[in-house]
Amino acid sequence: MPEQEAAGHQETPAQEVGDFLRRRREQIAQRWADAALFRTVFTVSREEAVEAGRAVVEALAAVAAAERVEEQEADGFAVVREQLARMAASRSRAGSTNSQISAEVDALRPAVVDLLVAELADQPAEHVRESTTALTVLMGTLRLVVLETLLSAGQELINRQHLQLLEVATPVIKLWEGIVAVPLIGTLDSARSQVVMETLLDSIVEQHARFAILDITGVPTVDSLVAQHLMKTVAAARLMGAECIVSGIRPAIAQTIVHLGIDLGSVKTRASLADALGYALRQQGAHIVPQEPHDAGSR
Amino acid sequence: MQTAGGVSACLPIHSDLDLVWVRQHVRQAAAQLGFGLVAQTKLVTAASELARNTLVHGGGGQMACAPVSRGGVPGLRLAFSDEGPGIPDLEQALRDGYTSGEGLGMGLGGARRLVHEFAIDSRPGSGTTVTVTSWVSGPPRPREEK
Repeated sequence: MPEQEAAGHQETPAQEVGDFLRRRREQIAQRWADAALFRTVFTVSREEAVEAGRAVVEALAAVAAAERVEEQEADGFAVVREQLARMAASRSRAGSTNSQISAEVDALRPAVVDLLVAELADQPAEHVRESTTALTVLMGTLRLVVLETLLSAGQELINRQHLQLLEVATPVIKLWEGIVAVPLIGTLDSARSQVVMETLLDSIVEQHARFAILDITGVPTVDSLVAQHLMKTVAAARLMGAECIVSGIRPAIAQTIVHLGIDLGSVKTRASLADALGYALRQQGAHIVPQEPHDAGSR
Repeated sequence: MQTAGGVSACLPIHSDLDLVWVRQHVRQAAAQLGFGLVAQTKLVTAASELARNTLVHGGGGQMACAPVSRGGVPGLRLAFSDEGPGIPDLEQALRDGYTSGEGLGMGLGGARRLVHEFAIDSRPGSGTTVTVTSWVSGPPRPREEK
């Protein structure tokens, strides 16, 4: 039996990797500071990158010492998860795809593995293999931890954007004194139609509007539920003293509504937003007259 | 005829987001088969009504979409199935204005008027399957060379 192993207190490969990482922390952090992942995230000073690298090595050492190299949920990772998430998010914002970031994390591996192999140069091949395997698995787990933070960040982003879309997609535009319009775009589901109704009613009060135009040019499908939402919105606006006009009804939509059997007779409708505006202006006693009808072509 | 790719599909119906997916798929499939704009809109609207019924009354299910052909005329067949409580009185359910929920009561009857063929199979307790078919007919198919 080789002497070195006897002196090693019969550690498991994982524990040995843990010791190695602690011992060589500074060296590894220095090498990582030049790797793409750290260099591009910590641009202010190299010391900053080294400091971040130390924290990651420390965490990996803790995970290895606990013999949990395969577990993403190991306690050791908890300390650096937030830092890793910030780093990954920063790379992601810079335009890297998830697989590119994953490759950058993987690029940290050779530097450590080389160090470990060099250190174990005089050990039996079996021992070297076990230790490097443990280290490789650990680095693979690190990669998974980083990817996981990316995915959960993506999910959060989707949820946030969904909420933003509810707000963004329903602007109320003041077209004229006493005339407001809502250009509806996309799918008019129950949640969105609720937002539309609320913002429209608010703006009727704010703008002292007598006319409200709901433009559905951007709504691809008008089925009975969408029609019901429109009718409810019109009825609510009417209760507030405003007349509602639904505009932007395309020929295909008009035919579909007829076949569907929905009676929009109680709702004032116009083919285009311009028609609706013209109607509202006339109702208010305003008239649009061309200034020089015979001079139109000469400019 | 290049109809196979992208037309045949089985889509889940378990949320409002799935309804968006159903509508988009039906619209694309209909456009691919050569349906005109009005016919596309009708079919998509019918699909929207039926998919919502599947979701709201059937407690979720699926839509199977398949291209069909009769006498050289292509068409699109959509089957909406759920394993919900079923419809006890079909005649009543198809009548305009009848609703078991809070809707307008135009869904089922309206969908029937928007498609060429309409079949409903439902027994209380064993779910409901609504199958509709529309054919490309009348207006010439776009980009067809003579």
